Amino acid sequence: MREPVAPQSETSERGNIVELRIPSRAEWVGVARLAVAAIASRLQFPIEDIEDLKLAVAEACTNCIQHASQSEAVRIRFQIDSDKVVVTVQDTGLGFSGAEVAPKQLGEAKESGLGVFLIRSLMDNVEYELNPESGTKLTMTKHLPT
Amino acid sequence: MDIKVGVRELNGERNISIVDLNGEIDVYTSPKVKETIMELIDAGHYALVINLEKVRYIDSTGLGVLIGGLKRVREHSGAVNLVCTNPQIKKIFDITGLVKIFGIYETEEAACGNL
Repeated sequence: MREPVAPQSETSERGNIVELRIPSRAEWVGVARLAVAAIASRLQFPIEDIEDLKLAVAEACTNCIQHASQSEAVRIRFQIDSDKVVVTVQDTGLGFSGAEVAPKQLGEAKESGLGVFLIRSLMDNVEYELNPESGTKLTMTKHLPT
Repeated sequence: MDIKVGVRELNGERNISIVDLNGEIDVYTSPKVKETIMELIDAGHYALVINLEKVRYIDSTGLGVLIGGLKRVREHSGAVNLVCTNPQIKKIFDITGLVKIFGIYETEEAACGNL
């Protein structure tokens, strides 16, 4: 195993971006999960945080697949910094509105709507950008423990 | 990334059905789990124990399948108990508050005994 990535400058940070594009189909979500696990492991996130990242990224991909009509692909971008990873998940079609379906508190158990709730619970920061033309972009950040 | 699904019957007082799951439950594999659980319920099995001991990963679609099964059996005064020992999966049930609606046990014996 190589030493974990530890970018020291803006120049090197620009090089620490991993991008993945998967078909917008359920059988490909596992590939996104494997990718984020490998990246988080390389950054030496603790096992519990790696599991959080796997679930959050998979939920974001699942939302794109289930709610973004006319989307052919899901783009996942990992920006790897020395103290955090910023993951952007974007569909290429008509997106879903995370703000509309993401409760801050979970009331009675539902069969749907749990995914965005989990993302908000597991990640340190979550932001949505909804563009009717280009789809939904979800940006989420997880910091390495200090 | 697959899920293996098995069903066993405990022919005691309550005719408990045990669903053994082995693998990862996500948006791709959860339909297979849902099909098995719904077939059991449709066949009149309303006392279910779902064994998650060998499940390495579960997402919201998997949770949705379990919630759907619970709702269906409750319509017939039935119940669903879970066997779960994986700390990460327990954490997901904690975060979502599902610990309050499912009976979650460390062993199959306890899950069956408290059904």
